[in-house]
Amino acid sequence: MKRAVLCCWFAIGLFLLALPLSAQQAPAAGSPASASAAAPQTSKEMSDKLAQLEQRVAAAQAAGDNAWMLTSAALVLMMTGPGLALFYSGLVRRKNTLAIMMQSFAMMGLISVLWALVGYSLTFGGDGPIIGNFSHAFLRGVGMDPNVDYAGTIPHLTFMIYQMMFAVITPALITGATAERMKFSGTVLFMTLWFFMVYAPLAHMVWGKGGFLNAAGGRFPCLDFAGGTVVHISSGVSALVCALYMGKRIGFPKQPMPPHSLVLSFIGACLLWVGWFGFNAGSALAANGLAASAFVATHLGAAAAAIGWSVAEWFKNGKASALGAISGAVAGLVAITPAAGFVRPMPAMVIGLAAGVLCYFMVTRVKALFGYDDALDAFGVHGAGGTIGALLTGVFAQQIVNPIFGPNNPVGGRDGHWAQVGNQVVGVVIAWGVALVGTIVILKVTDVVTGFRANEEQETQGLDISQHGEEAYYLES
Amino acid sequence: MMKLEAIIQPSRFESVKDALREVGIEGMTVTEVRGHGRQKGHTEVYRGREYTVDLLPKIKLEMVLPDKLVTTVVDTILKTAKTGKIGDGKIFISRVEEAIRIRNEERGESAL
Repeated sequence: MKRAVLCCWFAIGLFLLALPLSAQQAPAAGSPASASAAAPQTSKEMSDKLAQLEQRVAAAQAAGDNAWMLTSAALVLMMTGPGLALFYSGLVRRKNTLAIMMQSFAMMGLISVLWALVGYSLTFGGDGPIIGNFSHAFLRGVGMDPNVDYAGTIPHLTFMIYQMMFAVITPALITGATAERMKFSGTVLFMTLWFFMVYAPLAHMVWGKGGFLNAAGGRFPCLDFAGGTVVHISSGVSALVCALYMGKRIGFPKQPMPPHSLVLSFIGACLLWVGWFGFNAGSALAANGLAASAFVATHLGAAAAAIGWSVAEWFKNGKASALGAISGAVAGLVAITPAAGFVRPMPAMVIGLAAGVLCYFMVTRVKALFGYDDALDAFGVHGAGGTIGALLTGVFAQQIVNPIFGPNNPVGGRDGHWAQVGNQVVGVVIAWGVALVGTIVILKVTDVVTGFRANEEQETQGLDISQHGEEAYYLES
Repeated sequence: MMKLEAIIQPSRFESVKDALREVGIEGMTVTEVRGHGRQKGHTEVYRGREYTVDLLPKIKLEMVLPDKLVTTVVDTILKTAKTGKIGDGKIFISRVEEAIRIRNEERGESAL
């Protein structure tokens, strides 16, 4: 009996000992022995995995870039419709409300189509010094893969459509000078010709590969981040030429022609301000730190300019007007356009302030002095604002914001590279020249083919009825 | 029957209308007009260009009344439309030849 009990205890003891021993076996499957069996840790497998991870990081960055750029494209389109359409239409007399909106809207249709057919190719195809080529006509070769010459992380289609929106708004700006007297048929012909003869070459020279004003490698590298020369000087100067060529509105300047609805202009100006983030910050072509910098510079430029214009007006007239404040903001946005991705926030405010005050004087004093009828101040704001912005870009550009000439190479005056201001002057002069010459030629052609200015009866009746057979406000219905 | 035209300040219109209803007048025609007598306008400035605005907004009330109500209505309007400042407006009274209600072709004072 005693032996049986001892045997039982011995068996239990053995069993209890066996437990921890067998437990130790199980985790051994995950430790050194299994480590050598399950780990893909040969160096080929390691580098494959790393490559995969790198690809996924790049894809994530590219997704962010594409999302931002598509959004920016939408924002820039919004600047034309309804931003500019409202801004301008509020400033004209009631009988011309629809006509000026229609001119902006027509660009949304016309220029979009021209861009897709040949415009994009002529602006961004090839690598000529002055104009592109037909390699991307009908958007051949423009697909979902990036175009590494311009934006290596977003689909080529995204880059193309983003640039399209710039091409749409630029001619629309000109309609501000010719407002209330330009025929619609003349508008369509003029803008078509202008797009090919002025916009495409200038945009190619400044932004296109091989362009001789291109900041990256051009003969005269001109800093123009989002279009001070390409968009604002070109349209502003053309606007002046058109205003001088077609002459003053009937009754100008004796007959009062106050804005018929500053409410519309106010809404339009605010839409322009918000949309401009797409215009400037989107020109970074990526969702990165440069976009953030351009975004901030844009906003501060607008704010400082609104203050500048308002203060100047307050001093001169004793009151700060709503029209003055919104005009000031737009002037600041114009001036910061070439500088947005090159300057720090404080210089951005200086540029805005300068533009606000300068454009105020252009619009209120200089225009009255010379007597030209730039009806909605397309030259006073865009031509003048773009010029001052482009020149100040040379002064304030810094490599710490955008090392466009290579890492650690000085960019603008603030870096000590004052020669850049000279390059800016070249860019400005060429923009003025192309716009001047191109516009004069196109005006002559348009005048012969369709006529440019509405006749006296059409102008007096109002363009809404004479050009479009409509009334903006049908008060009896 | 007399026609009464009153040109008054827009800010006085609600008071005048309420007061007229209280004396039993319910039919009137109201138009928004612009004009001036001796009252001066003001200057507006748009982007540096000055505009003198001298046509001022007013309200014109027109009503055709039986002769016996004219004095009451004139007194009511004078009391409620007056601010004492230049620009208060004017009242004109003229004789009416005939009044006809379109619905039932009633004529004369009963058509009013």
